[in-house]
Amino acid sequence: MTVKELAGICGWRLLAGEDGQENQAEGCYIGDLLSWVMGRAQSGDVWLTVMGNLNAIAVSALADTACIVLCEDAALDQDAAKRAEMQGIPVYGTGENLYRTAIKVHDTLQ
Amino acid sequence: MSMLHLEYQVPGDDFTRAGEASGDVKHKLKKLGYEPDAIRRVAIAMYEGEINLVIHGGGGVAIVDVDPDRVDIALIDHGPGIPDVEQAMQAGWSTAPDNVRALGFGAGMGLPNMKKYTDEMTIDSVVGEGTTVKMAVCPGRK
Repeated sequence: MTVKELAGICGWRLLAGEDGQENQAEGCYIGDLLSWVMGRAQSGDVWLTVMGNLNAIAVSALADTACIVLCEDAALDQDAAKRAEMQGIPVYGTGENLYRTAIKVHDTLQ
Repeated sequence: MSMLHLEYQVPGDDFTRAGEASGDVKHKLKKLGYEPDAIRRVAIAMYEGEINLVIHGGGGVAIVDVDPDRVDIALIDHGPGIPDVEQAMQAGWSTAPDNVRALGFGAGMGLPNMKKYTDEMTIDSVVGEGTTVKMAVCPGRK
């Protein structure tokens, strides 16, 4: 399933990185510590976090996560939005918490 | 002489530019048709190294040599050095300041990640003089 389809079903808003919306969602990882994410997340994971800075975009790009979902209405920094747009890293936003978002991802990808 | 030789200046204390060098290497390896898993391992290990140069090294140089069977990465700084390399390699050990932690770094996973994702890694550090980290990623070995 593409991250665009997943986002549609889960009701997430696209915040930046429209060009990457055809990325395939294959799994899910939750975390805010960037090195932890780089050490553990798998390529193709939907990454749930509250970390909306420039470095999060770099981590997603380098670790090949399918997209970033900023939960609990966490803010996406302006420079991060620009970088995500430039690099085609899809970033979505939702008001739901990490746990509920993860359940939705699980139920949808099953 | 390697197939492709790249050098990058990594500025100190500028988190906005960290990732430029590793992003560029990733892009070039993709163009060369390198194996995706090896590209990902190079990108992550090198980004962690860049971040270390920014946080601890006061900036430095990243040198990358690409050959069909291996990518060699050297990260060189003239920062304070690492007093106890064995301790620094332990997962969770960090000397990063609070402002760095607020950005999501400083979990003490940088060096362990670099070791995890590479096939060879050495750290040569002298307190007061600087640190050189050398890594190699060989496609298909991990």
